[in-house]
Amino acid sequence: MDAPDGRRDLPPIILLVVYSFNDSRRNIVWRGFTFKYYEKAWNTESLIEAFVNSLAIAVVNTAVATILGVLVAIALWRFRFPGKAAYEGFMMLPIVIPEICMGVAMMAFFARVGWPTGLPWPLTLSNIMIAHIAFSFPFVAVTVRGRLVGFNRELEDASKDLGASEWQTMRYIVLPYLRPGIIAGALIAFTLSLDDFVITFFTAGPNSVTLPVKIFSMVRFSVTPEVNAASTVLIVITVIATVLAMRFQSPSRRAGGEEG
Amino acid sequence: MESWRKNPVVFWLLNLPPAFWLFVFFLVPLGIVWVISFGEKRGVIDIEITWTLANYVRAVEPLYLEIFWKSIVMAGIATLACLIVGYPVAFAIAFAPERLKAILLIAVVLPFWINALIRTYALIAVFRSRGSINFGLEWLWEQANALLGLVGLGELALLGEKFVPVPLLYNNTAVTLGIVYAFFPFMVLPLYANIEKIDRSYIEASLDLGAGQWRTFFSVIFPLTWHGVLSGVIIVFVPALGAFFIPDLLGGTDSQLIGNVIERQFKSANDWPFGGALSFLLMYLTFGALALRAAVSGRKQGLEA
Repeated sequence: MDAPDGRRDLPPIILLVVYSFNDSRRNIVWRGFTFKYYEKAWNTESLIEAFVNSLAIAVVNTAVATILGVLVAIALWRFRFPGKAAYEGFMMLPIVIPEICMGVAMMAFFARVGWPTGLPWPLTLSNIMIAHIAFSFPFVAVTVRGRLVGFNRELEDASKDLGASEWQTMRYIVLPYLRPGIIAGALIAFTLSLDDFVITFFTAGPNSVTLPVKIFSMVRFSVTPEVNAASTVLIVITVIATVLAMRFQSPSRRAGGEEG
Repeated sequence: MESWRKNPVVFWLLNLPPAFWLFVFFLVPLGIVWVISFGEKRGVIDIEITWTLANYVRAVEPLYLEIFWKSIVMAGIATLACLIVGYPVAFAIAFAPERLKAILLIAVVLPFWINALIRTYALIAVFRSRGSINFGLEWLWEQANALLGLVGLGELALLGEKFVPVPLLYNNTAVTLGIVYAFFPFMVLPLYANIEKIDRSYIEASLDLGAGQWRTFFSVIFPLTWHGVLSGVIIVFVPALGAFFIPDLLGGTDSQLIGNVIERQFKSANDWPFGGALSFLLMYLTFGALALRAAVSGRKQGLEA
């Protein structure tokens, strides 16, 4: 019996990756190394389409969710206002409510407001992008706030005392300090979006399938090596994105813009 | 921290975009489902809002109540399993040497980087009747048979004529294990964060003053990490309660959890009012769990003060 143990969390994944190179349809015994399922996956147009959709959604989501998340984090850190506790709770709501509830809410919302369906390509994904931004920017806010806790407010005061404007203080004092938190938040937004299945499953139409949704429908149908190949590609991208972002966060890298 | 009145322009500039987004694309959608849950289905997509409670009455029929209960029990068992396995793991990481600690933490966090759907799907290859576990068991069975043959008991077929694969997939155990596998890192991280913070001198003091290892653990270490335990339990329990693709992929006909029922109402049965009622009940259940957590942690803090 395989123990449900964290240290053994990887073997099934490794198995999946290994199987994606296995020259056997039934995937039970090793029959030699092959790239043919990658070739097949590459030639499966719907799979590539889903993949491109996933990337486009993740990129737009990252840009917007990062901005919104940083705004909330700074606002909550800087200001005192009536009803703040309730407002904070409201901002955390997308994190705590069950994903499926948010999924069906998004599905009902876009159906009720009559969101246009026959739009040209990137716009067909607009409803998924909107849903992803709504659930991922609170995660960015939490990450950035974690970084703000250690910020010395006197720096901000000093900057203003020395004549810097509101914007200059933000641009040259607060944002540079926040950069690691912002990059980490952006990375979280990117992977959350790329990996999301539940909410996308409810918002995606026949012309806006993402990779996880595509994989799900393929798995439901049957377990094929093409699915293993597609899954491996998704895993590799998320891992590379994470590693890259970690490199960006390391202090040896020069400033490269606020959003990484 | 300054009052918002001192700088209202900056205040609104910072707050308006995110508040607008969350209101229009989160609160309004939830509101729509809430209103729909008091409606009646008329035709394929027509829903008339009659403010009927019929959907909620139907949701507490024994059939659905049983599914709710089952979701709670399965999520509870999975959470407990995560805690029992996760605590020693978090403990070992917290007390590991610095270099090893980073590697172990990455090993726990790594699955976070991998899609939960894919992780669930990968389990199928392990659990299925021609999967790794059954291959391992078959190998053991053959070895045991060979051994019996060596000692002259081969003809008796003590272990059966043929190896029968153990049905590991498409049942409730598979779903529970799938939940554990999917949410395990959520348990370890808060536990680790709390265990890491313990002042080691308390442990030394306890041991010096004559408490045994067990006593030290249960009277000193565990109470000190209580908040981590609570966080871990909630972070695993809440998503487990609403899981739907894990039972869908790993479960059998009787492994339907509440998430599956909701999904069916919206995707195939096309009964949005009923699905809306169920999803709001699930949400209330979630808030109940969160409130319970707040109450328990509040009382505990009161005791400690």
